[in-house]
Amino acid sequence: MRIHCPYCGERPAEEFTFQGDADVRRPQGNEPSQMDEWFDYVYLRENPRGRMKEYWHHSGGCRSWLIVERDTDSHEVFGVTAARERKLSPQRKRAS
Amino acid sequence: MTYSVFSLLKNAVTGHKNWAPAWRDPAPKPAYDVIIVGGGGHGLATAYYLAKVHGITNVAVLEKSWLGSGNIGRNTTIIRSNYLFPGNNPFYEWSMKLWEGLEQDFNFNAMVSQRGVLNLYHSDAQRDAYARRGNAMHMHGVDAELLDEQGVRDMYPFFNFDDARFPIRGGLLQRRGGTVRHDAVAWGYARGADSRGVDVIQNCEVTGIRIEKGVVKGVETNRGYIACNKLGLAAAGNSSEVAKMAGLKLPIESHVLQAFVSEAIKPFIDGVVTYGAGHFYVSQSDKGGLVFGGDIDGYNSYARRGNLPTVEHVIEAGVSMIPAISRVRVLRSWGGIMDMSMDGSPIIDKTDVKGLYLNAGWCYGGFKATPASGWCFAHTIAKDEAHKLSAAYRLDRFKRGFAIDEKGMGAQPNLH
Amino acid sequence: MTSFRLPTGGLVDRNTTLRFQFDAKSFTGHAGDSLASALLANGVSLMGRSFKYHRPRGAVTGGSAEPNALVELRTGARREPNTRATMVELFEGLEAKSQNRWPSLEFDVGAINQLASPLLVAGFYYKTFMWPKAFWEKIYEPLIRRAAGLGSAVHAPDPDSYEKIYGHCDLLVIGGGAAGLMAALTAGRAGARVMIADEHARLGGALLGENETINGKPSIQWVQEALAELASMKEVTILPRTTVFGWFDGNIYGALERVNDHVATPPEYEPRQRYWRIAAKAAILATGAEERPLVFGNNDRPGVMQASAMRGLANRYGVAAGKSVVVFTNNHSGYATARDLTAAGVNVAALIDSRANAPKLNAGKVPVLKGAVVSDVEGSRNVKSVRVVNADGGVEEIACDAVAMSGGFSPVVHLSCHRGLKPVWNEKLAAFLPPDTGKELVAAGAAAGNMTLAAALADGAEKAAKLLTALGFKPKTAKPPQADGEPYAVSPLWSVQSQHKAFVDFQNDVTAKDLPLAAREGYKDVELAKRYTTLGMATDQGKLSNVNGIALLAGATGKSIAQVGTTTFRPNYTPVSFGAFAGPFTGHHFNPVRKTPMHAWAEEQGAVFVEAGLWYRPQWFPRAGEKGWLESVTREVLAARNSVGVCDVSTLGKIDIQGPDAGEFLNRVYCNGWSTLEVGKARYGLMLREDGVVFDDGTTSRLGPDHFFMTTTTANAARVLTHLEFCHQALWPELDVQYVSVTEQWGQMAIAGPKARATLQKLVDGITLNDETFPYMAARPVQIMGGIPARLFRISFSGEHAYELSVPADYADAVIRAVMHAGAEFNITPYGTEALSVMRIEKGHVAGGELNGNTTAADLGLGRMMSTKKDYIGRMMATREGMTRADREVFVGIRPIGQGQKLSAGAHILNVGDKVSLEADQGYITAVAYSPMLESWIGLALVQRGNKRHGEKVRVFDGLRGQHYDAELCDPVHFDPENRRLHV
Repeated sequence: MRIHCPYCGERPAEEFTFQGDADVRRPQGNEPSQMDEWFDYVYLRENPRGRMKEYWHHSGGCRSWLIVERDTDSHEVFGVTAARERKLSPQRKRAS
Repeated sequence: MTYSVFSLLKNAVTGHKNWAPAWRDPAPKPAYDVIIVGGGGHGLATAYYLAKVHGITNVAVLEKSWLGSGNIGRNTTIIRSNYLFPGNNPFYEWSMKLWEGLEQDFNFNAMVSQRGVLNLYHSDAQRDAYARRGNAMHMHGVDAELLDEQGVRDMYPFFNFDDARFPIRGGLLQRRGGTVRHDAVAWGYARGADSRGVDVIQNCEVTGIRIEKGVVKGVETNRGYIACNKLGLAAAGNSSEVAKMAGLKLPIESHVLQAFVSEAIKPFIDGVVTYGAGHFYVSQSDKGGLVFGGDIDGYNSYARRGNLPTVEHVIEAGVSMIPAISRVRVLRSWGGIMDMSMDGSPIIDKTDVKGLYLNAGWCYGGFKATPASGWCFAHTIAKDEAHKLSAAYRLDRFKRGFAIDEKGMGAQPNLH
Repeated sequence: MTSFRLPTGGLVDRNTTLRFQFDAKSFTGHAGDSLASALLANGVSLMGRSFKYHRPRGAVTGGSAEPNALVELRTGARREPNTRATMVELFEGLEAKSQNRWPSLEFDVGAINQLASPLLVAGFYYKTFMWPKAFWEKIYEPLIRRAAGLGSAVHAPDPDSYEKIYGHCDLLVIGGGAAGLMAALTAGRAGARVMIADEHARLGGALLGENETINGKPSIQWVQEALAELASMKEVTILPRTTVFGWFDGNIYGALERVNDHVATPPEYEPRQRYWRIAAKAAILATGAEERPLVFGNNDRPGVMQASAMRGLANRYGVAAGKSVVVFTNNHSGYATARDLTAAGVNVAALIDSRANAPKLNAGKVPVLKGAVVSDVEGSRNVKSVRVVNADGGVEEIACDAVAMSGGFSPVVHLSCHRGLKPVWNEKLAAFLPPDTGKELVAAGAAAGNMTLAAALADGAEKAAKLLTALGFKPKTAKPPQADGEPYAVSPLWSVQSQHKAFVDFQNDVTAKDLPLAAREGYKDVELAKRYTTLGMATDQGKLSNVNGIALLAGATGKSIAQVGTTTFRPNYTPVSFGAFAGPFTGHHFNPVRKTPMHAWAEEQGAVFVEAGLWYRPQWFPRAGEKGWLESVTREVLAARNSVGVCDVSTLGKIDIQGPDAGEFLNRVYCNGWSTLEVGKARYGLMLREDGVVFDDGTTSRLGPDHFFMTTTTANAARVLTHLEFCHQALWPELDVQYVSVTEQWGQMAIAGPKARATLQKLVDGITLNDETFPYMAARPVQIMGGIPARLFRISFSGEHAYELSVPADYADAVIRAVMHAGAEFNITPYGTEALSVMRIEKGHVAGGELNGNTTAADLGLGRMMSTKKDYIGRMMATREGMTRADREVFVGIRPIGQGQKLSAGAHILNVGDKVSLEADQGYITAVAYSPMLESWIGLALVQRGNKRHGEKVRVFDGLRGQHYDAELCDPVHFDPENRRLHV
């Protein structure tokens, strides 16, 4: 696979390190009543066959965390954005 | 027909024209007591033990492709019971005991071969970790030996001891570990289950799970609706997608693991050896091929193929460990889908849906577990309660904080 | 010995004679010969033995699909088993040996297996060898393993070297035959960056072995001209002897270039082989087609060959396969062979065309028997005659010493199926064609089913032009070269009724009867039949056998060939050496080496180094007369505890963190709080993973209001940085903070002991070091040695009054020498990781053995560090029932009961009197050391409720090492529990 880093250009996949589903969002708050939400965030995954957004770290390059949209069956890469450019979750907007 | 040298002689006389099929090719019945989704090792073993141990024979195993087409048909055939934690160790040791009597039990030679599994260590810290593991094994009566460098040299003098980036300091040896002819395990269980009345149905893909008021009713398939009282999911490599049909979201990511075989050469590596300084393990099959592998590719995948960076990574480690294989050739690589759980340990459990049972999350260790997994899953389905050997493999352990994390890598599946 | 070298013809250099040996017999051949052609020229047709029955075998192909003619090539440490004689270029002094035979190739005792062949049918081993149970491992399997394998590997390291290289191109052309050359020419002329790879030494593909004309000229001349033109284009890379072995995601191709396999030994500084990873914008699959054998009795006898291979032998190598040949065909290929052999002066006794209504084709003067089949070959180690069943059912015996066979052609589709697609059956061509793989890889020529030369030439040009246009080039469309040739027509003939065994898979001895047997027994799916019979699982991966096998399985199961389908095509197309995949990254070069800036100094001090991740760290510093590591380590500990010691701690991860939100960032990544840390102070920090387990620890110092300096453990340095990057970029991008690894920018040393301050005082500029100016946990920039910028931290891992001095890496060597000089009057002593470890165990500090990925902060006795006033990574999950339960294994000290008793790390703990079982397991010993201060072995352990069991006697179980002994749990701080020495 080759991944197009927004900062470095198209680079071979081994420059990057994978870290799972990028659609999960860290909950806000640590109330015991939020345990289900936290459990979902830390442990449960959609794990789809097909398109998914996932975190890749350009560990052998600019060290940016990227959100790569990729097909888990064909391994086709559709698009890449930097994680830091992602819009804040609606939930966080509410919180702030 | 019982297989033996006598049946072989008898059939040789008639030109092998009269062998009965190893299993029937039945059409699905409208309803079964138990349906198992997945005609791989674990599904077939479950059906076999349901019939043999629990007397439940109105059972169908539904396989979307050919029998044993999942990971039972594409693994590196290793069996071992060198586990650390009390949640794992007795389970895998029971699996080993079942392996040791399997062929006579199901009358099929699966070539269970206990030629030893040796895990190399390269530092004091690795040695201490193996000592901890080996002692845990001893505490459960499992064989383990801690070798020093000379002990490894005596077994494998042609390993790299003298020009290594990470010198071999010794190893943890389980002599009862070894290999089994993987396809034959599926075939043996299928034949054994079939002969006890189980319908093993190939090319039957489950497309939906019917649940009414929290109770499982049956499955939709490409060959029509089939009703059942109990439904067991044993669809490794597709667990999340199958579980979704029942509304379950699992603590699992699916990853591709590559495996490799070399051209057949005269056997010189007797047992299974794992490298401690890189991702590489190897054994040599009874045909002479070096069967080897390493780490998963590391990204979510449902494609049964990997990519070159991992190939190179594995083989660099391989040649570093055994310089003598440099001029041997790699014949073929393939990939299997590993349902990597969040703690590296499996799930055998009931679910919140009545009559729905889950067997999943075997990471890349499912093959060795096949007999015990079938044994415990059959028990769980038959008795509607966890077997004591698989009692730690509950689905709620993640929420309750009882992860069984042998590698200590935390909730990141691709690190297990 | 009769020569089979034809008087003229071929592309070999008859002026260059090369000597070589096969099975210790000497022969000669010519430059340009393959080992197989040279052996055949010398009348040697028996080259190997099959796997199961040890049947005599000769070359059946002229290329890489060869299943039979496998030899051990070269000798000594360069020996390579299973090398295809058909692909070996002859070189002076070549030595080859036949394999899988004993005592000799001619008289192989293993051939006795043929007598037992009625028993050794497909899958026989699954049905027997089960009784008595113990016999499998003791008797049966060792016998099977003795018989296993073909050639044998050397047990010595490879003397040759290997390279890896990345390639990038607009168009990769795979295969240098007619279609490939046209594709490359089209692309090269358009100015594209082209790579063209071919597995043979010469490009030209099938044209090298054919007697054809292109544009009125001999085809070989056209090939030379095309190559010359390609060579003149600077954007074109021609890669002969290069097999593209796999197609991977992202349109990446793996290729193996056999740089120096055609010479006895590689020249100095040159690799034996070069592994390519080629990223191509587009690729043309011009891999041609492989001729299928026909399945008839004894079709495996040496002398039975592909028709194309046999005429290639004559046309390319000038070698006759026999004195009198029978051709057996179901398509036009046999006619070309009959013509070319006749033209070369070889007698062709008959051409047997299985098609009753075969089109009229030119066979020269060779008698053609239409509607007839060869049912059997007679002869034991060679061909004596064939038995022909005529269209009318009559049987005749035709004497001959070689048989050319053609069952039609299978496009070499392999690469196009490496990414999950299946090939598509084409009834008319009786062949599987490549699937539609889109615009990344497009098949052309025979690989795409264009079986004539004219069509292949045109197709290569056309497909390349189309791909290039899509890439933005403007290829010129020229009229393709003209070539004659018969239209391709084939009538499938999948097997012939025979008296003798008819082989489908030669190497694995799978016969025409095995597939119906598999189907009868229920192994009906092609994958099951493959696995049951081993069809296509030999070193040739079924290149010759698969289609015939699939057809036979279709017949046995009543399905069409399309319904049966193929098994999965997988890399590697042809086998690739381990050495090539590994490249230079083996042995000492398996991983890079990291050395601290004080490495040379440590070497001079006589350090024994140990691997710590990629680092080499001094483990201890032996002195003359010391009898072992323990004596050295004890001396080092005593020096640090009694006077002063110095230790290189540069390998600790160092991260510089700056920005207005730096403090808040630390609050979120550490479980303890950072808001109250004053500038100029250091604090111990503990990081958790999001699942609540301890991740890493270290001291972090506040150098300014917005400036922190974090240290991590050596093992986790990279992971912590990655974690910080994730937390900031993915979780909290709104934080205004920057951080960078400065591990390699700073050399850091610990100076520990009662004389540490006195030593340092000599170096530090402008400060009088005392408890007021530089108290415990002070952390400040200082200047040393008259102007060298440095950072000084009064922190202690040893438990002594100690400092860590951090200096820019380039100064580190000079500074540690200055420290040694300053401390000379105190007999300053360098200490290594062992002494470090002894002192941390004495002090009960946690380290790698306790941070094992399963311990919580509370387990380690650090539960009070977990803030309840803020959110941080791991806070929530650490509150789960299982993480806080009372019976968790927690951090505790352990000491032996009984004078001189050692402790052993990895031993488990039992309650006194309990029987040994996992249920009774109380925990285990994580680390042990001999304490020079306590003059006893001491240890740390994780034991259930251990913090509440100080003083309790326990039983230590170390069954692995045959030791069981009593010990006592205790406070993990074995030494100086009041921490008085910090302030000495």
